[in-house]
Amino acid sequence: MNFALDPTTAWLIIAAAAATYLTRIGGYVLITRMSSIPPRLEAALNAVPAAVLTTLCAPAFFNGGLDIKLAMFVALVVSLKYPGLIMLAAGWATAMLCRHAFGL
Amino acid sequence: MNRQEIVEGLKGGAVVALSSSPFAVLFGAVAVDNGLSLPEVALMSATVYAGASQLVGIELFGQHVAAWLIVLSIFAVNFRHVLYSAALTRYLTHFTLAQKLLAFFVLIDPQFAETVRRAESGKTIMLEWYLAFAATIYVPWLTFSIVGAAFGAMIGDPRVWAIDVLLPLYFLGIVVGFRRKPNFYPVVAASFIGSVLGYQFVGSPWHVSIGAAFGVLVAALMPLSPPPGAKTAKAGHS
Repeated sequence: MNFALDPTTAWLIIAAAAATYLTRIGGYVLITRMSSIPPRLEAALNAVPAAVLTTLCAPAFFNGGLDIKLAMFVALVVSLKYPGLIMLAAGWATAMLCRHAFGL
Repeated sequence: MNRQEIVEGLKGGAVVALSSSPFAVLFGAVAVDNGLSLPEVALMSATVYAGASQLVGIELFGQHVAAWLIVLSIFAVNFRHVLYSAALTRYLTHFTLAQKLLAFFVLIDPQFAETVRRAESGKTIMLEWYLAFAATIYVPWLTFSIVGAAFGAMIGDPRVWAIDVLLPLYFLGIVVGFRRKPNFYPVVAASFIGSVLGYQFVGSPWHVSIGAAFGVLVAALMPLSPPPGAKTAKAGHS
């Protein structure tokens, strides 16, 4: 196990952290400089959560095998009625079943 | 009142911690595999604190890519946070500047999603709830990164325990939770198509920005819904 902190690597990590923090305050800095928010910009901002989070799961569904597709489909149906943890458990159990019982 | 806020924050954060901890272990293991030391793994999880971009950075560390290109790639993967902080600002107006700067530091995907969901259910976003939620994810993320760095070789293939399906499932659940928002179906359809096309033809991680741009653009171009109370005056427009 390596316990050394290499200065070059450490500075690179700090730079990456600074770049990340810039993205996290950037939207705040931009939006507070506007006196009022135009309605179309507001509609766009309202769509941000669904738009971004869809991109974080769409390729997994599209490119995944039958196991992933089934797990996500089951989770989707379950999530219409039940809270997050039950949805997570149902999807996970489906993937485990597919892989270990049906060899998908 | 405040105690209630903290308890709700801890509960909500625990669900996220549960689904993200395997990725923290995975990150620690992959990082050590790519030549990072244990303190460097801890430093990265503590300061960057953005799972997907950390894995992208580590991938590039291992390939001896120029430093500025690594930083730029991490910036690109994290660019969606600009949209997050813009969209979240209206719910945090009662925070002091120092509280806002701290709040934006921990603004990860689930933090954003849960904060929006809570604000839209009519609740005021209290600092106690926000920080309790954040800490319940941050501390395990840091801890399990270190665990992964120390014992990484033991976990083996994440597919065996179906760890790889947890994050997509978690994000799917949040998307479903937004289904009553205006323009939900056209936005999700556009993001789905955009991200799949981006993934196929440009490659990861750009599919996130491309897909998000598709969805946000569709929302901006849709007919504007009438403001509340103006419904009866409108005719021939839906």
